Amino acid sequence: MNLLLATLLLPLIGFFVLLLTPRDSKAPFGVALLTTLVTFIASLGLIAPAAENGAQFRSAYDALWVDAPGLQIHFHVGVDGLSLWLVLLTTLLLPIAVWVSQTMITERHKSFYAFLLLFEFGIIGVFTALDLFVFYVFWEVALVPMYLMVGGWGGRRSGPAAVKFFVYTFLGSAFMLSAILYLRSQAGTFDYLEIMSRLNAGQFVLSPTQQLWIFLGFFAAFAVKVPIFPFHTWLPNAYTEAATPATFVLAAAMSKMGTYGLIRYCLTLTSAGAHRCASWVVVLAIIGIIYGALIALIQPNIKRLIAYSSVSHLGFVVLGIFSFSHQGADGAVYQMIAHGLSTGALFLLVGYLEQRRGSLEIGDFGGVATPAPGLATAFMIALLAAIGLPLLCNFIGEFLVLQGAALTRFSWAAWAAVGVILSAAYMFWMYQRTFLGKTNERTASFVDLSTRDWVPLLPLIVLMVWLGVYTQSFMPPITSATSHILDQTNMNNQYQVKLVLPAAGKLTELAHAH
Amino acid sequence: MPINIDVSSTDYLRFLPETLLTVFGIIVMMVEAALPAASKRTSLGVLSLIGIAAAFAANIAANESSGPAFSNMIMVDGYGTFFRAVVLVVGFLCILASLGYLEREQSQKGEYYALMLFSMVGQCILATSSDLIMVFIGLEISSIATYILAGFLRDDRRNNEAALKYFLLGSFATAFLLYGIAWIYGLIGSTNLIEIRRALDQGTQPGVLAGLAAALMFVGFAFKVSAVPFQMWAPDVYQGAAAPVSAFMSTGPKAAAFAIFFRVFLVSFRPLNARWIWLVWGCALATMIVGNFAALLQTNVKRLLGYSSIAHAGYVLVALTASSQVGVAAAMFYLAAYALMNIGAFAVISHIAQRHEQYVRIEDLAGLGRREPVTAALLAIFVFSLIGIPLTGGFFGKFYIFQAALNSHLIWLTVLGLMNSGIAAYYYLKIIVAIYMQEPGTATAQLPPPSMSLRIAIWASAIGVLFLGIFPGAVLNFANFSAAALR
Repeated sequence: MNLLLATLLLPLIGFFVLLLTPRDSKAPFGVALLTTLVTFIASLGLIAPAAENGAQFRSAYDALWVDAPGLQIHFHVGVDGLSLWLVLLTTLLLPIAVWVSQTMITERHKSFYAFLLLFEFGIIGVFTALDLFVFYVFWEVALVPMYLMVGGWGGRRSGPAAVKFFVYTFLGSAFMLSAILYLRSQAGTFDYLEIMSRLNAGQFVLSPTQQLWIFLGFFAAFAVKVPIFPFHTWLPNAYTEAATPATFVLAAAMSKMGTYGLIRYCLTLTSAGAHRCASWVVVLAIIGIIYGALIALIQPNIKRLIAYSSVSHLGFVVLGIFSFSHQGADGAVYQMIAHGLSTGALFLLVGYLEQRRGSLEIGDFGGVATPAPGLATAFMIALLAAIGLPLLCNFIGEFLVLQGAALTRFSWAAWAAVGVILSAAYMFWMYQRTFLGKTNERTASFVDLSTRDWVPLLPLIVLMVWLGVYTQSFMPPITSATSHILDQTNMNNQYQVKLVLPAAGKLTELAHAH
Repeated sequence: MPINIDVSSTDYLRFLPETLLTVFGIIVMMVEAALPAASKRTSLGVLSLIGIAAAFAANIAANESSGPAFSNMIMVDGYGTFFRAVVLVVGFLCILASLGYLEREQSQKGEYYALMLFSMVGQCILATSSDLIMVFIGLEISSIATYILAGFLRDDRRNNEAALKYFLLGSFATAFLLYGIAWIYGLIGSTNLIEIRRALDQGTQPGVLAGLAAALMFVGFAFKVSAVPFQMWAPDVYQGAAAPVSAFMSTGPKAAAFAIFFRVFLVSFRPLNARWIWLVWGCALATMIVGNFAALLQTNVKRLLGYSSIAHAGYVLVALTASSQVGVAAAMFYLAAYALMNIGAFAVISHIAQRHEQYVRIEDLAGLGRREPVTAALLAIFVFSLIGIPLTGGFFGKFYIFQAALNSHLIWLTVLGLMNSGIAAYYYLKIIVAIYMQEPGTATAQLPPPSMSLRIAIWASAIGVLFLGIFPGAVLNFANFSAAALR
């Protein structure tokens, strides 16, 4: 049995088993938790083969799915150093999401667990698909349960927020589908590896203009999903209105789909397009970093504040990707994982705060650290990780991104560093108003974290420290994957230049002749 | 032209599905007359279901010995067989959905089933006809029966309005079509589709006049498939007619009309391709845009599905614009998928609407997810298929259509079409929001459980939609193989 296939299919099997369980019992929770835990254990087995050589796709599975004249679609999945940690991040986050849903979701548990499992199936597929059609399929399969989770549970205005989220991302992916179809009409296949080898062998060539349009098609989908400024307007509403477990997976896992797509497809398939657009994409990323931080500074709502901080942090990932440097790409991938851990932990803690206070307005809190020191400590650790304190996970990512950006153009790094400073400002200011100072009559009776509350937090905290202290456990596969991707980028880009230049040379000759 | 009366037994075999449907239609009417007035009429529905099943078997048998019949009046090929099968499945599911519906409305009458069967006869003829005279006959048989079905609930004013509107505009369209046929006959001296092609290939006819004839026939077909600018009737009729009839009208007759639309334009008028392709291009884009944007504003679910059916006609027209073998196969696949998802959606609506269809606004669906989780989940599958979410037939059809369009270098039409389907998500999601994200209202609070037959119809549609989305290979292969007939 292929281990990747098992990781991928287990959530789906769990989903169907879950549908058979009675509605008003503990069974749905048990099935969901068991499924996600087994999936996590299965996914651990992916580490060894992928760590051996991060540049290659391991545990690959390839089967003919649709076989019609002129249309062969392969169900092709595999794991390399880039997707490895993202898959593991997902499989780690999902049992946590199930665990906290037990208390944070108040009604219709069964449906919520079912959607969580379906979502896990979709997102693991996104990270491992090696066929553009399969990628698109998983891309949308992950969207639907997420949409239902955001809209079905949570605040009063969660319905409109969910619709906005869906329509935005669906419109974006319409452009991606156009690009995929166009790419296929040129390349003759949907298979990513096949397209890459045909590109490298020069069996077909995409002109810079074609690459630009394909790049923009993909970029539309990814930019909305990340989200990159100015496509972020769905995010604050969706993050704030959704129930906390939904926000948790949305922020910690789903936002990585966009950045993953950027680095996996935009950089390799359409490198000339990516290079051509890099400067304005980076500008958007930097605007996102600073804008997200500035808006976060003035948010009166904790959840909304962290939502905007997410926009800011993901800007770093985009900056790293489009700096086209090894450090930048490594940092971007590392930051994806780190962001998943730290933001995930922050949203969990926000959920605990909401459970205890019934509100998330900063003004309703104050002095929480006195009655609930455990909660305050955990929040401080996650917060320090999020703002990039050395020895915690985000620092490595942000540092590498800034280094990579500085190597490409120093001013980029200088502007982005403003975001780091601002992030410390808004986070500490929020922490101060919420946890420090005098307690009010409502916060004085705060209950500290129980063992059940600590269980999902601990793995996240341990990993935050681990990623921050001992980078070597995680970095090698990432490095080999990103350097392979960057090689491809440069090779394709130079190849394009070579193809274009002789023509240009002829033109100059002609001009001279006249 | 010498009249060639050389009819063999194969001719009858090739015409067997239509014959069986007619015979069963007549039997249903006669049995009803013989039944005592107080007895239940549901058995008539079951009888017509048997008739359809028999016709389906005959359809497969006819395909085994494919070829022309009755002096080239009809042509049994894979393409025709496919559409016959679609029409028969549509009829079967719609009758299943009607059994309980008519009981509830206390209008359980034999004519209903007989009319359904006769309407299907016309559509089967359309699917296989290879002569413009047969096209006209098929269209009329199908349409006249459907006009009556639209107004079947005689005491309902909306029903009457729908029937009248459908009848007046439909006859108007048929007149255009007939006028076009007359022109063609005057120009070429034949109404046979292959003969027309041959004559046009030789190029002895003035292209402008043939083009005008094609344009007249285009108007006629565009009416039938509710393409812009001839779409006005569709929302009114689908809203006014009984929900199972709307399900039928928006799928069966439409699929058959598209079948002959493609056959006439891709076989007979292919030599004039350069003249009409831009017309279809514009028509496809306008149909998608008008359908989707008008649907954004709707509050009545049936009307919303009416506009959505216009938009979906636009997607199929994109496949016609591609005018390639892949395009034809894509349209075939899409119409089959669309039939299943639309019937499913209308069937669920007919259930929630309750007596006299009092609850057909979007907000009446509120809280269905809590009251009837299974029905709600199935409706969600249909809606997601209409949006075009992967693993449903709707997605794969759309994907295949736009792939065909790109293969024919229709880049702008592809991009604009896919953007359209993105916008369409907004109004479909209103339904999902209502069923899953709102508290139950008056409509869902007192919802009786769905009847067994309706449940079967909904389940069968849902399974079909998922099957087409997850394992599209078999149907796609057949569609591709039979699309080769249209050259």
